[in-house]
Amino acid sequence: MLQVNRRPESLCDVKMHYCPGCGHGIAHRLVAESMDELGVRERTIGVAPVGCAVFADDYFNCDMIQGPHGRGPAIATGLKRCKPDCIVFSYQGDGDLASIGMAETIHSAGRGENITVIFINNAIYGMTGGQMAPTTLVGQKATTCPQGRDPLVNGYPMRICELLSQLDGTRYLERVSIHSAAHVIKAKRAVKKAFRCQIEGRGFSLVEILSTCPTNMGISPLDAVKFVSDQMVPQYPLGVFKDFEGGKSDVSRD
Amino acid sequence: MPKVIVDEARCKGCELCTAACARKCLVMSTTFSVTGYYPSVCCAPERCTGCGLCAQVCPDLAITVFKEEKAKK
Repeated sequence: MLQVNRRPESLCDVKMHYCPGCGHGIAHRLVAESMDELGVRERTIGVAPVGCAVFADDYFNCDMIQGPHGRGPAIATGLKRCKPDCIVFSYQGDGDLASIGMAETIHSAGRGENITVIFINNAIYGMTGGQMAPTTLVGQKATTCPQGRDPLVNGYPMRICELLSQLDGTRYLERVSIHSAAHVIKAKRAVKKAFRCQIEGRGFSLVEILSTCPTNMGISPLDAVKFVSDQMVPQYPLGVFKDFEGGKSDVSRD
Repeated sequence: MPKVIVDEARCKGCELCTAACARKCLVMSTTFSVTGYYPSVCCAPERCTGCGLCAQVCPDLAITVFKEEKAKK
């Protein structure tokens, strides 16, 4: 019998603490598979965020460091500059990257640091209890906007890939989703390409993964993936925003 | 015949795999597992093609898929 799938070596054989249907498990697997396939696990350092993935060091079977809230890209910058031979990635959620760590994100992108950022966008704060994130959709309910996000009071959601694409320092920016098996496979190609961008020494790469948080959205995992495909994808269009290889469509054949 | 093995101790019953399976091979169990969730089970192995899409969407890496090797021509 041929085994179709197997647990990647870069992922420890432990049970994850995430809620049922949480997108973090899938995103972890995609990062770990990319490390395995590129053969860089032994020289990879990951930066775990503050958020639900704060215990990512229990799961990734590579060197890990845990940073203060939002400071992932700053720590990754220091690591990469001290140890340029290492592959450094920062794994962050939307509250971490887009709210508290916005300055670190923009400036490391502006400096063109040769690091990879994996950005999990699930449109809500997870660990702290479902507060409104900068990426929360207009009308979406959260504990700090129980009537739904009102643009007059709470402003508008931010599109990080579009924002960073204005900066000359960025080399690879793509937004993917994990709401279906086909999209998971595409997301894997994007994550792997972001790592390849760093290995080839090209500069800042970021992959934004549209993910789910069924617990804090207050819906079932199946409704959560429907929410991503029906409501998040129109607000956050999928695609390549910057590509070091020029083409906008070659990612699917990477 | 392809085989889908669901690790009941890892499955948290999110049902994402039941939606991913185009041939509706996976259903939720009616008895709960050691962790207290209703895990998914493969109810129709004869329909399974071994495509592995259920494993692609499983957030807990609870699913392992096996299929027969194609005979070399």
